[in-house]
Amino acid sequence: MEVNENIALEHGLNKPEYKKICELLKRTPNITELGIFSAMWNEHCSYKSSRLHLKNLPTKGKKVIQGPGENAGVIDIGDDDAIVFKIESHNHPSFIEPYQGAATGVGGIMRDVFTMGARPIANLNSIHFGSPQHKKTKNLLRGVVQGIGGYGNCIGVPTIGGQTSFDESYNGNILVNAMTLGLVKKNKIFYSKAAGVNKPVIYVGSKTGRDGIHGASMASAVFDEKIEEKKPTVQVGDPFTEKLLLEACLELMEGDSIISIQDMGAAGLTSSSIEMASKGKLGIELNLNKVPCRESNMTPYEIMLSESQERMLIVLENGKEKDAKKIFDKWNLDFSIIGKTTNSKKIELFYDDKKVAEIPVDTLVENSPMYDRKWKKTKLPKKNKFSKENFKNLKIGNVLTKLLSNPNICNKEWIWEQYDHTVMGDTIQKPGSDSGIVRVHGTDKAVAATVDSSAVYCFAHPLTGGKQVVCESWRNLISVGAEPIAITNCLNFGNPEKDTNMGEFVECVQGIGEASKYLNFPVVSGNVSFYNETKDKGIKPTPAIGGVGLIKNFKNMITMDFKKVDNIVLVIGKTEGSLDQSVFAREILNIKNGPPPEINLFNEKNNGETVLNLIKKKLIMSAHDISLGGIMVAIAKMCIKAKKGIKLKKTNQLINQFQYLFSEDQGRYIVEIEKDKFQEVKEMLNKSSVHYDELGHILDKDIIIDDKTKLSIDDLVKSNYTWLKGYMDK
Amino acid sequence: MKISAIVTLKKDVLDPQGKVVQQALKGMGFDNVKEIRQGKYFEIDVDENDKKKAEKKAEEMCKKLLANLVIEDFKIIGSQ
Amino acid sequence: MNSSVIIFPGSNCDRDMAVALKKFGFKNKMVWHNDTELPKSDLVVLPGGFSYGDYLRCGSMASKSKIIDSVIKFAKSGGLLLGICNGFQILTETELLPGVLLKNKYSKFICKNVFVKINNSENKYFKNIKKNILELHIAHNEGNFFCSNDQMKEINDNNQIAVHYCSQNGEIEDSFNPNGAIKNIAGLFNKEKNILGMMPHPERMIDNYLSGEDGSIFFQNLINNLK
Repeated sequence: MEVNENIALEHGLNKPEYKKICELLKRTPNITELGIFSAMWNEHCSYKSSRLHLKNLPTKGKKVIQGPGENAGVIDIGDDDAIVFKIESHNHPSFIEPYQGAATGVGGIMRDVFTMGARPIANLNSIHFGSPQHKKTKNLLRGVVQGIGGYGNCIGVPTIGGQTSFDESYNGNILVNAMTLGLVKKNKIFYSKAAGVNKPVIYVGSKTGRDGIHGASMASAVFDEKIEEKKPTVQVGDPFTEKLLLEACLELMEGDSIISIQDMGAAGLTSSSIEMASKGKLGIELNLNKVPCRESNMTPYEIMLSESQERMLIVLENGKEKDAKKIFDKWNLDFSIIGKTTNSKKIELFYDDKKVAEIPVDTLVENSPMYDRKWKKTKLPKKNKFSKENFKNLKIGNVLTKLLSNPNICNKEWIWEQYDHTVMGDTIQKPGSDSGIVRVHGTDKAVAATVDSSAVYCFAHPLTGGKQVVCESWRNLISVGAEPIAITNCLNFGNPEKDTNMGEFVECVQGIGEASKYLNFPVVSGNVSFYNETKDKGIKPTPAIGGVGLIKNFKNMITMDFKKVDNIVLVIGKTEGSLDQSVFAREILNIKNGPPPEINLFNEKNNGETVLNLIKKKLIMSAHDISLGGIMVAIAKMCIKAKKGIKLKKTNQLINQFQYLFSEDQGRYIVEIEKDKFQEVKEMLNKSSVHYDELGHILDKDIIIDDKTKLSIDDLVKSNYTWLKGYMDK
Repeated sequence: MKISAIVTLKKDVLDPQGKVVQQALKGMGFDNVKEIRQGKYFEIDVDENDKKKAEKKAEEMCKKLLANLVIEDFKIIGSQ
Repeated sequence: MNSSVIIFPGSNCDRDMAVALKKFGFKNKMVWHNDTELPKSDLVVLPGGFSYGDYLRCGSMASKSKIIDSVIKFAKSGGLLLGICNGFQILTETELLPGVLLKNKYSKFICKNVFVKINNSENKYFKNIKKNILELHIAHNEGNFFCSNDQMKEINDNNQIAVHYCSQNGEIEDSFNPNGAIKNIAGLFNKEKNILGMMPHPERMIDNYLSGEDGSIFFQNLINNLK
């Protein structure tokens, strides 16, 4: 079949890109070569719209062993231990087939982590759905949750945390972001860079089928009249095979036979082989007849572009093939020597003894397109003025009840009870906490992880929103007593070819960069998902941040449930009363414009470090960061978890009570301290110039806000726990 | 009228269960098993005497619920 | 005391179980499903997980693996055989225990703490145990125990029910049944009481930083009874 411009367009390439391919090759590519170019040059693999801006993110730090560019980032947690972690999106597949889309998303991110030699020890996820009233939402949520559970539970990796939100901007594009953390010894990290000529290239794992082959290209009926049968098929996850692959790879990694290893994710064999060659400045030669195939008559094009799951590519040391094969035989997995490394700096493919493709590697990688897309700056919206009039008919108790049952605040037990969160026997803080925590097996150390996003803030003002998400992640780690180390980001945005969407991206990334630089909280891995739009309507900008921190002795971790009656409760950080974009303003007052709360990075850092110091000195009994719903929702959650109450002091605030209790000012925490430690705590806070308010003290069960307002803890539990269960099981 | 329908994974969609069952059978000595694909079987009792109409109803049910047409095919295999 | 934990492809609580056994004084060996000989053991454990991906029926293919003949022989000669979660499912598939574990009533995987009440403590597992109601952890999709009326009669006649799901205070009622199991059955013995299959995971409850500590009581008591 002759390749021409039209076929290139059907592959998602544009005219100048096709022209550039012909120039680089100095000829017209054949169909297999075109397929390879289209896969390597698409947004997902080439980051062509985002690369320019991602370059500015801070990626280095004393504890960073590996930043972006590998399968996952790696950080040092002392004693020769390292944590490998990354977050990745699987948005589009999850909308088409929620169970399989979410499941393969989890499978893919775990492979990214164990490819580097790390055993996965924790999973997290960030999932976003359309309005609860939208007809598709319930089934999508059910499918995604079962898919995440179905895969993670089977592998035996605990799901220790996550985030779920509902917003009508996701009606046509749900988001499924999965994050995995793995544990590895510093001297046993494996990379994708190939080295040495004439080394065997090995294919292991599942067989190759026609899964997920590029839709646009297959839809043109040119290949075969039986196009119906060959339609691109949804990838089906096989967690059982992944479990075997995980054990087999880790067993092989105990020895010293692997030079380089790469999982076959998006664009399968194409991107994995090219990545290895490119990083090693080598060539690679593959005999496609040796690739284990599930279907007969698969063409070189299909073999190269298949996205079948649970497959790995390995470059081995010479002479180690037999030993390696033994391991994969033991685990009942396919093992095939499919090629070798060369010094040609080309990728050369053979099929039926004929050369079917020959492309210089650098044309695919270094010469891939990079765009400086047009983007529009978002102006900071004007603040709304709130007066007594706004709050005239409101009762605090009613407002709190309503907020606690709000879909974005309510308890998500219905979701995380379907995830195995205790397997591996080291989960010491489970979902529903500020951060999930797992112990580093057999040591005193523990690793805390959280995943956050704030699309509402990012939509109102991307620059502030970008900063805010990083700060929130940092606060969630501090609240459990963990020292924040680094982040991974999953950048979910609309169409980069539209200047507004591109502007959202650029400014969110700028915000993320500023905050992570200031907080010394570098970005070590990540993923970009563009084109989350349906019928011209894009999602709200949703960068999801996965943060990881370390607790040196797990016995010192902090939980959010109030501990003891009569203990004093403080608010750390200043409450200014910013209501714009708060859940209170949006849901209760129905005011949806205005800027998000300001981020003051100096205060953020100072407050956070001071709280962490107090925790280190064992002065804090419980802690929780203040986020959606402000002080009132934060203390309600601490009461609910403990089944305890609180009596608030009369406030001598200058701002209105509603503003004080429900504003979402940043950089704040609620902490519980013992009475006899108050003096010491005060001195430390004053010394660090950290603002605090004495909020009240802990009671046995009631929440007493003022003379008129007394709420029972049982009622609050009910409003917090029933919405999601009722919605899903109805 | 009772309609029987089967739902199976589409030809090119990976069937993890079938694959593992086949491997297990091999391990038990059934060497000549070439492939196994697993599916679901439904018996649908419809209050309808016209065979054509009943089958049409069942077909609709398969399309709308019993089969996930993204990854599965269905077949009405009998009615009585 | 010597214990053996069998590893099937897809087992994922094998390490957790080994950690727990060692913590309470067992000398443990891991045994691969393709082996044919069991090491000398006072206790053999079929751990939790998704052997063979839970494909076809949970436990069905593991019950046909090479090691199983030795395991059956060991149990038939009176050896202590404990199956947790997927291990329980394997025990029913090998017919060492009666009944079957169906999909949970609400068709959902459930991971949470539950309370179970010990029904029969005249055996090596529960004799002298210091608490009658234990808080343990479940994590399964197919724990809904079901059996025929004849089997149920036999189970009752031989006092084979090991533990029931119950409330914190020991009430055995429907509302404390997480998965729809008949008679709130969470664990079952064979007639001779040397084989125990249980859905809850005691190995996940062995220190107070985890979900709780009642698993420690179970293992400590078990090894005391074996000494």
